[in-house]
Amino acid sequence: MDSGIKGAPLAAATASGAAGGAPFIRIEDVSKSFGSFQAVRNVSLQITKGEIFALLGGSGCGKTTLLRMLAGFETPTSGRIFIDGQDMTGIPAYERPVNMMFQSYALFPHMSVEKNIGYGLKHDRMTDAQRKDRVREMLDLVQLTPFAHRKPHQISGGQRQRVALARALARQPKLLLLDEPLAALDKKLREHTQFELTNIQHKTGVTFVVVTHDQEEAMILSDRMAVMDKGRVMQVGSPTDIYEFPDSRFVAGFIGSITFFEARVRSVSGATALVEVPAMQTCVTARAVPGLAEGALVTLALRPEKITLSRARPEAANAFSGVVHDLGYFGKDSLYKIALPDGTTVSVNSVNARRSGESGRVAVWEDAVWLSFEPDAAILLTA
Amino acid sequence: MSGMEDTAAAPATRPRRTGWLSLWFNRRGWADITIATPFLWLVVFFLLPFLIVAAMSFALRTSTSPPFSFGTDGHLLSLQNYARLLTDDLYIRSLATSLMNAAVATVVCLLIGYPMALALTRVSRSARNILLMLVILPFWTSFLLRVYAWIGLFGTNSWFNRGLTAIWNALAPADWALHSIQMMNTNFAVVLVMVYSYLPFMVLPLYANLEKLDLTLNEAAMDLGSRPWRVFLDVTLPLSMPGIIAGGLLVFIPVSGELVIPGLVGNPSQPMIGRVISDEFASAHDWPMASAVAVALLLLLVVPMMLYTHFEAKAQEKKAMEP
Ligand SMILES: Nc1ncnc2c1ncn2[C@@H]1O[C@H](COP(=O)(O)OP(=O)(O)OP(=O)(O)O)[C@@H](O)[C@H]1O
Ligand SMILES: [Mg+2]
Repeated sequence: MDSGIKGAPLAAATASGAAGGAPFIRIEDVSKSFGSFQAVRNVSLQITKGEIFALLGGSGCGKTTLLRMLAGFETPTSGRIFIDGQDMTGIPAYERPVNMMFQSYALFPHMSVEKNIGYGLKHDRMTDAQRKDRVREMLDLVQLTPFAHRKPHQISGGQRQRVALARALARQPKLLLLDEPLAALDKKLREHTQFELTNIQHKTGVTFVVVTHDQEEAMILSDRMAVMDKGRVMQVGSPTDIYEFPDSRFVAGFIGSITFFEARVRSVSGATALVEVPAMQTCVTARAVPGLAEGALVTLALRPEKITLSRARPEAANAFSGVVHDLGYFGKDSLYKIALPDGTTVSVNSVNARRSGESGRVAVWEDAVWLSFEPDAAILLTA
Repeated sequence: MSGMEDTAAAPATRPRRTGWLSLWFNRRGWADITIATPFLWLVVFFLLPFLIVAAMSFALRTSTSPPFSFGTDGHLLSLQNYARLLTDDLYIRSLATSLMNAAVATVVCLLIGYPMALALTRVSRSARNILLMLVILPFWTSFLLRVYAWIGLFGTNSWFNRGLTAIWNALAPADWALHSIQMMNTNFAVVLVMVYSYLPFMVLPLYANLEKLDLTLNEAAMDLGSRPWRVFLDVTLPLSMPGIIAGGLLVFIPVSGELVIPGLVGNPSQPMIGRVISDEFASAHDWPMASAVAVALLLLLVVPMMLYTHFEAKAQEKKAMEP
């Protein structure tokens, strides 16, 4: 299983990078070890100018380490990083055209908001008036003009986060690195700030690399994203690619909820494949993926919202039956847990499109139901 | 003190007499005692003695026992001692020598101690414990013994003196060449031994302060284009100011009243203020004068500090209120 995963992300990365023109940032086979521990393993990525690129993965998978290598705080054990065509090997952090927004914000506690934002401009060749203008412009961008003279401990968490963003953007970096920029904010402020971040990115045109462990955040913010696991990049693609066309069991399971079925390939004809799924006690057709061999064991994955529930046997090509084991009512939709004869539990999400009382539901506890899905909805995974 | 009222009031409200004491202890007694103990200590062993000294400074010297009395010439309080303090230039000169030596010693301690403290925060944990141990180690041998060791080093025939002389002769022009350097009984010796003795008092508070600093701030400054030296000036140095002030006071205050070091290696014709106070008490038996000098020294050290903190707090407040 492992060897299959290794090959896939490289191919995917090159494919999507080439599609967006000349890559702005090229990460070539970068690894980083701390002692005997490998935090980042053979990562290759290409990031296009002006996009928001998300690094998504569980805790300890090496996202921060990769970001710190881009910023110049860590040196890769092997491999090279190019930014705007320039090899970054041996270039210290203070000479890189890169700025970072730290997870803890790292605002200077002894400087006012204004001084914090203007700090990076001290080193740039500009007149005092230009510097002042730039600070004013940045204060305006993040709507903090009234707080210019306050110290960081005199403003709220959300305001601090905006100071950190303004400070990182003030020098007009070619690349902005954001380490979990929204992790410290509450849910409401986070949603608001997500849109603000995208707005600011569109206004400034700076390339953003955002680290996050929140899949929804990655989906909302990014143009493209890389899913990481144990120091490796598992898949690179647009949020839709990653959600609808995961190419490994890890990525499919990491994003959203999903049910996995063991399956065996019966036959492949063009774009569709016929697979036998013991848990469904039937054969189903699904969109074929490269690398399917007749008789091979594969995984069939179904997302809860792609399955339709009905009481009577449907006309659909792919149908199987089970018993309602549990159900949860969430208002706009309901989540059903359907038990199959062999004990597998399938999650099904159905939108409550019609207005009805409890009696109007498709099914309740212990009802026998039919489940069906389109051949396109099923994801076949060879890894 | 507040406990006294409690013990008096408690039996009336508590039906069971055996319970009230333990109740008081459990409710707030321990907190009261923990807070009150150091206060009591300060009041009994610092504030009261100081008030006695302050009162004595307004008395006059007599040949009775104890050798002072209040209001012999009609006035209860006499300002005669303070008048002498301002007119007799022995006091002013010795005060100037003290403050000068203390200032130089403090600055040198800071210049040596700061890099030491900074290095302590940057080495591995195990090395750090060993180095901290080494900083404290001198305290384990007698202070006097260490000063006497220095006296040996200052001697004209010691390797230390000959080494310094050789360096001087190599660097200075030929007609300034020396046979040996006169170090014993100079302010140079006094300052050197002071720096040597008080260095840990500078290093330890500085280390405690620097160790708490968030290293991501350094990274942030570097990320914003600052080279390491600039990072130090812009981030580390201003944030370590409380440590510098604490270390500076811990060295400056005891050093300016230091008696033993100048007595052993200093110039007897240029006494420091500690010597003057001690002489007034012990040799001249002029307790009121000694007290006046002590009070003046304390005021000189404490008043500027209090003014500084007061205005610093005011300035902070004002800045925060700005729109
Ligand atoms: N300086 C270091 N020395 C030793 N190990 C380190 C160091 N920095 C990181 N690691 C290890 O490398 C791995 C990856 O760390 P990293 O900080 O990149 O994780 P992350 O993906 O950012 O996780 P999180 O989401 O929790 O922030 C972790 O297992 C961590 O323990
Ligand atoms: Mg991290």
